[in-house]
Amino acid sequence: MKRFFYTLKQAFLQVFRNRTMALASIFAIMAMLLILSIAFILVININTAAHSIKNDYDSIEIFLDDKTTKEEAEVIIDDIRTKDGVEDVYYKTKAEALEEFRGRWGENAYLLDTLTENPLPNSVVILIADLEKAEAIAEVAATYDGIEDVKFYKDTVDKLLKATNFIQVAAIIIMAFLIIVSVVVVSNTIKLTVVNRANEINIMKYVGATNWFIRGPFLCEGIIIGIIASAISVGISALIYSKLVEAIGDQVFSLLSIPMVPVDFLVFNFAWIFLALGVSIGACGSIISMRKFLD
Amino acid sequence: MIVFNNVTKYYKSNVGLEKVSVKINKGDFVFLVGPSGAGKSTFIKLILKEIDADSGSIKVRGNEITTLSKRQIPKLRRNIGIVFQDFRLLPKKTVYENVAFAMEIIHQPKKLIDKHVPQVLSMVGISEKADKYPDELSAGEQQRVAIARAIVNKPRILIADEPTGNLDPDTAWEIMQLLDQINMRGTTIVMVTHAKDIVDKMGKRVIAIEKGRIVRDEFGAYGFEEMIAEAAEAADGDGTLVSNRRTFRSRFKRGGRA
Repeated sequence: MKRFFYTLKQAFLQVFRNRTMALASIFAIMAMLLILSIAFILVININTAAHSIKNDYDSIEIFLDDKTTKEEAEVIIDDIRTKDGVEDVYYKTKAEALEEFRGRWGENAYLLDTLTENPLPNSVVILIADLEKAEAIAEVAATYDGIEDVKFYKDTVDKLLKATNFIQVAAIIIMAFLIIVSVVVVSNTIKLTVVNRANEINIMKYVGATNWFIRGPFLCEGIIIGIIASAISVGISALIYSKLVEAIGDQVFSLLSIPMVPVDFLVFNFAWIFLALGVSIGACGSIISMRKFLD
Repeated sequence: MIVFNNVTKYYKSNVGLEKVSVKINKGDFVFLVGPSGAGKSTFIKLILKEIDADSGSIKVRGNEITTLSKRQIPKLRRNIGIVFQDFRLLPKKTVYENVAFAMEIIHQPKKLIDKHVPQVLSMVGISEKADKYPDELSAGEQQRVAIARAIVNKPRILIADEPTGNLDPDTAWEIMQLLDQINMRGTTIVMVTHAKDIVDKMGKRVIAIEKGRIVRDEFGAYGFEEMIAEAAEAADGDGTLVSNRRTFRSRFKRGGRA
């Protein structure tokens, strides 16, 4: 425990006395993490948007013939319930459909008051758990008797699936690339600081310090730098993003009816990823760059 | 204290040391002299196990060190104080911390460090500079700090590699007196040097190495002229120190004329 505090103290001293190099490393890690976090925030927003759009299209509606009775509909419902990929099935009456319509029309709902007769059909709504199976379910649904039409946004769902898949793959590639770049940049920066101190390390060896005794403070130094850098980058990106949400969040919502991912959610769920990333970049960087001097 | 028995070390085809046997006793003050490249540094590096001997046995304080593993090297070095020509102080640590570092690596309690470091600093006469950084000190002061660091753990052996090489004569002599004082307290000292006047003045045991062999081992003087003459005879123009010196001189003269 004493040794741990000794190492920690030495590390803080080292950071402080090598301010310039420490600042350079912090800046390098911070810049990389910042770019990474921007990419990350973008991806999360696109993903949640795609997800919420997908949710709007995750149902199949079977419009029933006016002659079809509620009992006949129940038979269809029970049958569909047994199919794979179905989450829920329920019966929607004409009246409910009209209410829904009114809700959607909002202020203009009074126009519907002129209707003397409800033109909407009764329907069976199928909520789908697995979008990949939506098409098969729609095909089955079309085979029942007493059906007027099956409404299913096949093309839209297909395109959406493709788009989200593409975005996810692209995001993973971009982020992996950014992480590699940041590790390279950071380990080079740390290598510079270590080359600067190769002399120091050699002296320590002459005086009889073990490798771990030398490595300890350098390792802690890397970790401290990593923590500082990631904390700053999380802070900055949270600040920028919250300003962004404040500025355009409402417009985005009214335009696409999709909310932006809230700042607190991002910070609480993903800050630790960046912290871990910063710490491991710092630690790996110092271990890798010291390998040459401590064999 | 230090016993070399038939030690040979080659650097590829170049001789470092050849069949060297020598015994340095407890409490000795030994000057290691000889031309550049004769094997003095090899001798010291072998004691510190910075390099490994090709053959022969080296004992330090009774322990065979040729068979030590890499992990045991730090322990060996803790029993040997080292002073270099270029001081090798840690630039980012104060004088006090530089000396304390030697105690910290052997995990001495802070109480003991706080007690010993000031003692040693005052012994080498540098107490008032304890909070300075090495680059704020003169060369002589830096060497004093280096000596303080070397002796703070009370090693039985102190190795000094041209400790006066970067110092003016007066300062050099002060450092020598300091080393003599340390030797009086029972520390064995092995000092590599080119400073003829110092060796002559001190009148200690002198081991002369040349071309990897010990050519003289006696109490007394440096014997530089004599050795140069011997070297010239032995080398006979195959490019050793003497011929190098001649070319250097002639170049220097030519430069002077131009």
